[in-house]
Amino acid sequence: MDFLNAIVALSNFVLIPAIAYGSQLALGALGVTLIYGILRFSNFAHGDTMAFGSMVTVLVTWWFQSMGISFGPLPTALLALPFGILGCMALVLITDRAVYRFYREQKAKPVILVIVSMGVMFILNGVVRFIIGPDDQRFADGERFIISARDFKEMTGLSEGLAIKTTQGITVVVAVVAVVLLFWFLNRTRTGKSMRAYSDNEDLALLSGINPERVVMYTWLIVAALATVAGTLYGLDKSFKPFVYFQLLLPIFAAAIVGGLGSPLGAIAGGFVIAFSEVTITYAWKKVLVYLLPDALEPSGLVQLLSTDYKFAVSFVILLIVLLFRPTGLFRGKSV
Amino acid sequence: MKKLLMATALSSLGATAAFAADDIKMGVAAAFTGPLESLAPPIARGAELAIEEANASGLLLGGITVSPVRADTTCIDSAAATAAVERLVTGDKVVGVMGPMCSGATTAVLQNVAVPNGIVMISPSATSPALTDIEDNGLFFRTAPSDARQGAVMAQIILDHGIKSVAVTYTNNDYGKGLSSAFETSYKAAGGTVTLTSAHEDGKADYSAEVGALASAGGDALVVVGYVDQGGSGMVQSALDSGAFDTFVFPDGMVGSALVERFGSDIDGSFGQNPAAAGEGRGLFNDMATKAGFDGTSAFAGEAYDGAALMLLAMQAAGSSDPSVYKTKIMDVANAPGEMILPGEIGKALQILADGGEVDYVGAAAVEFIEPGESAGTYREITIEGGEIKVVGYR
Repeated sequence: MDFLNAIVALSNFVLIPAIAYGSQLALGALGVTLIYGILRFSNFAHGDTMAFGSMVTVLVTWWFQSMGISFGPLPTALLALPFGILGCMALVLITDRAVYRFYREQKAKPVILVIVSMGVMFILNGVVRFIIGPDDQRFADGERFIISARDFKEMTGLSEGLAIKTTQGITVVVAVVAVVLLFWFLNRTRTGKSMRAYSDNEDLALLSGINPERVVMYTWLIVAALATVAGTLYGLDKSFKPFVYFQLLLPIFAAAIVGGLGSPLGAIAGGFVIAFSEVTITYAWKKVLVYLLPDALEPSGLVQLLSTDYKFAVSFVILLIVLLFRPTGLFRGKSV
Repeated sequence: MKKLLMATALSSLGATAAFAADDIKMGVAAAFTGPLESLAPPIARGAELAIEEANASGLLLGGITVSPVRADTTCIDSAAATAAVERLVTGDKVVGVMGPMCSGATTAVLQNVAVPNGIVMISPSATSPALTDIEDNGLFFRTAPSDARQGAVMAQIILDHGIKSVAVTYTNNDYGKGLSSAFETSYKAAGGTVTLTSAHEDGKADYSAEVGALASAGGDALVVVGYVDQGGSGMVQSALDSGAFDTFVFPDGMVGSALVERFGSDIDGSFGQNPAAAGEGRGLFNDMATKAGFDGTSAFAGEAYDGAALMLLAMQAAGSSDPSVYKTKIMDVANAPGEMILPGEIGKALQILADGGEVDYVGAAAVEFIEPGESAGTYREITIEGGEIKVVGYR
């Protein structure tokens, strides 16, 4: 019984939140890694692209809610998601036209593009706050829980509760679907193959007749879709606040670099590595250990490695370690 | 364009002429921008209401008028607060400052501006216990009670509910730290156990890690020393979602209509307290505020009215608007003996003082000052039932 309680407590506070958070990071990191692989620069505007896509989704969700459209037990935001993706696609195509294309034609160095993307970041930051305001916005509706802690306790008779939020379930399912679609697209379609070819060797790809502008456009479209999905899932699961997406940039970059920049598989692995390290290192293990260990060995302290205040420091440290010992990341991406 | 310039110049001349030599100015320093910006306008209006009342009576120091000057103290940016009040003191030559609002800004302004310049300062809402012992040359007062008192009251309320062990989370600023440590001291002294005291940052999207640590430490209730519009609600949400805690204890930063709007009956059985005096003063002030076009029930608006009124009455009692003279009179006019003064009776009080009598200012918040110049504090105990805040009693 104690063993079961320990497992349940662990799942409730570590496994489930970390899996949901990891999926959100993975989707974000996929976007960053695609840009890096194909357009060859670190896109600092990614966090705010996510914020923009989610903002459009939130606005459409509110519109649907005001018209009485709902998605049954699922959040209305899922219905609004395609509109958010379209809005975000329009945005990235406009920024590419207006900003990035100019520097691409000049064959600007990657570091210049990074600075340019920072400028785009600040502008998007302002645009999003201007439109929706800097505050928390609530747009989640439908059933809150797949299973709530209280129901779980009654069902199983265990003393620990296990809560799975609908949004956590949706996050994982949507992330899996998105990743499967992405890999199918990259590996099986003509456009996907041309994107990979362009990423591997630009000159060779050009010689074999691949149109670079098309590749760039498709990349942006995919990135917009991924960013909007990641942003909306994060907003649904936690809360939508423009500034939070800006802060999310660090763990997302950490995830992409840990996995290996340019490697989609690495981005997913990196997302989960970062999420699990953040959660497990700042978790107080006392409760789990009390269940598992014999009474004599029970810890008196909290058994917490780092206070939760240092959550973001964890991604920093992992980033440093990886850059020092394996600069190309776990999955042998491009070196930074 | 020329005409416009002329008009502006003329009107400013007119304005100067209107505030003739016998005028004095009073600073109204509130956090018009920042995390408490929604509370600032009623607070400023509260103070201005008292000033208008004294002006209308025409009795202050033989008929001089007081004009309020506003300044933005931002709550979180101590440097900006210091600069704003510095401007009031050196530029506008105010004789007293009603404000600032937040404990951090208040400490900074007191040390950097009020004490060096010898200006009386009355804060309506700074509640940090640290301000009790601060070096102030007798210049600083507050019409809000110290959180040391709230900590003791909260500890007692929790023990009266039969809860012997709690976890505490506080918002990482002067208010949160001050109140939570005051609470911890009283609660432990009274025999309770605090399993863990941990900070949370405002403005984050996700508090599951913080709640995980608190849940691991255990406890029969979670004391949430935070803000209802900020991380405090996030912590409650996350604790409810993960089933970590069912019972919450809410101090003043959390007790508000936003709390029950957001959580409804999910937090039934939780309880808390906020500073609010029972009595007719509060009702009278609310009516006056409604007439003046603002919400008198907004937190600390009444305390701001009281702060400004106390300064004016002390000037009258001292017969001078010099801060170094009237600062000694503030305790006298706030406490017995003397005639009780309710909101709307400033004119009457000025008359009594002019005739050499004594007053005991009660005001909107039932002001009773204790040494070294802060409100003794009455708290309203509340409990949440059926998704509504119910007042249980006063202590």
